[in-house]
Amino acid sequence: MGKLIVRRLLDLGGVLLGVSVLVFLMIRLIPGDAAQVMLGASGDASESQVEQLRQQLGLNDPLPVQYYHWISAMARGDFGVSIWTGKPVLEDIAERIGVTAELTILSLLLAVLLSIPAGVLMAYFRGGASDFVLRVVTITGVTMPGFWLGALLIFGWAIWFPNWQTLGSVPPFTEQPWAHLQRMFLPTLTCALPVIASLARIMRSAMIDALSQDYIRTARSKGLNEWTVTFKHALRNSLIPYVTALGIMAGYLFSGAIVVEQVFAIPGLGRLMLGAIADRNYPLIQTSILVVTCSFVVINAIIDLLYRVIDKRAGASV
Amino acid sequence: MSAAGPSPRRALPQPPGEGTPVGTRLWRVLAHAFAHNPVLMLAAALVVVQVLASVFAPLIAPYDPVAQAVESRLAAPSAEFWLGTDKLGRDVLSRILHGYQSSLGIAFSAVLAALLFGGTLGIWAGFKGGWVDRVIMRLADVLFAFPIILLAIGVIAILGTNATSTVIAIAVVYAPIFARLMRGPTLVLRSADYVHAARSFGSGDLRIVVWHIMPNLASVILVQASLSLSTAILLEASLSFLGIGSQPPAPSLGRMLSEGRDYIFIAPWACIFSGFAILLASLGFNLLGDGLRDRLDPRLRVID
Repeated sequence: MGKLIVRRLLDLGGVLLGVSVLVFLMIRLIPGDAAQVMLGASGDASESQVEQLRQQLGLNDPLPVQYYHWISAMARGDFGVSIWTGKPVLEDIAERIGVTAELTILSLLLAVLLSIPAGVLMAYFRGGASDFVLRVVTITGVTMPGFWLGALLIFGWAIWFPNWQTLGSVPPFTEQPWAHLQRMFLPTLTCALPVIASLARIMRSAMIDALSQDYIRTARSKGLNEWTVTFKHALRNSLIPYVTALGIMAGYLFSGAIVVEQVFAIPGLGRLMLGAIADRNYPLIQTSILVVTCSFVVINAIIDLLYRVIDKRAGASV
Repeated sequence: MSAAGPSPRRALPQPPGEGTPVGTRLWRVLAHAFAHNPVLMLAAALVVVQVLASVFAPLIAPYDPVAQAVESRLAAPSAEFWLGTDKLGRDVLSRILHGYQSSLGIAFSAVLAALLFGGTLGIWAGFKGGWVDRVIMRLADVLFAFPIILLAIGVIAILGTNATSTVIAIAVVYAPIFARLMRGPTLVLRSADYVHAARSFGSGDLRIVVWHIMPNLASVILVQASLSLSTAILLEASLSFLGIGSQPPAPSLGRMLSEGRDYIFIAPWACIFSGFAILLASLGFNLLGDGLRDRLDPRLRVID
């Protein structure tokens, strides 16, 4: 087990290093002079301003030296400053990332809550018409543009619930918890709906697999009731492939959240980054991508390691 | 992988006489599949109609997609404007047809680029093994670590907001998928008996890859390309919806939807129809890929 953990940590370190190098190269890959391009957005920048920004970003050093400076600055907590306001980019990101993270987590929870029972039921009543309906629903979910679903929901809600505020900034949970949840409801639904069917389908396959195992036959022959067999024996064992899929879905939901935010005019990370593209505020884009991607990598690694520790069989088959 | 193998040929009766080229057999399987599966036929019809509509958009569109007619702005669907008009009086149907052209064009180019780059690297990695394999696959792992939208935003931030950078951004997202997909079967096939036989006859690496390995990947490529097109269309639409895809005045389904959203309560048609067009485009390729996978990949058919 110790060996496994060390190997996983090495893998993790490798991916984090790779991610940081790619994000680092971002500014350096800009065609032409990056400093010139960044200041170009404001119209006329003098040669001395360009040179100053070049100095500030350390673009005159050799690449490995630049990378070393960049990484060690981040280790000290310095993630760069906005090239327009001079404000640390981490402050901007911290201000905006909360609502995006909340949207991702809420929609993940909603998807899990609905997809597990749906998958179990579909595994239990498999075959025939229910499989066909499932397939249609899954494919529609996968091909449904989230922003369209969001727009249709806004349209429908305005007709069915005229007093339900659907657009604009979200009141903080601490001040108006009910209004906050009410505002988050439609965006969460929009993010979650397309993935529920896919997750339910994964749950269904895993469950069918588990139900056909010998220990299920043993459990039944011991005279255990169907409920215990299904929910205690089969469900627990089919959760392993499901949890693996959840890690991938979380990244997918985050991508969806960035788009859905725009539909519902929620000022989250998506809006911040789109503004930064228009302003060519590269330090902000770089840091956002780096922080979010590394969080996902680390969270996925922790989940992976946790269930390998819990499930000895999965650990053995690494 | 062991029992069923990556090749679709094993599932089929061998044709009589001496070896027909592999390609012919794949076509035979496809023809049979399409003739006997109504869902696949529907999928093929959806794809063909939409591809034709996008190719011939300039001929069949009733109006110029960028021509503004202020006197008929936000008009409801009618005999004159089948799907209504938008805020500048532009015909929604004509814009959707031209939007198909740009969406499908971008998605096709991006998936093709991803297939060529990622696929080549994947085959190379699987065929060579050793450090080449490790370096390429680690790079794929790193690209997989990024949430899709952030990877695309990063590429677009570097290259600027236009159609070409959208193509490159989507290609970067899909290249590692093709690399991983091609590597696995190549790894198995490179130690197949007939590959050893070909080598003993003096075939070089390139000849083996092109003549003995790639034909076996055809069905995997077909399935994955179709499924990737389905999601690439959605990604393209998301990026142009966010305003970082192709730029105005070129018609684009995602941007139409974004503009139509502002008028959803007085003129919902632009928003509803453009979104439905995106759904149909993505749905066609998804059904096609899903159906082909069932037919061509015996391994997956057994599991699911």
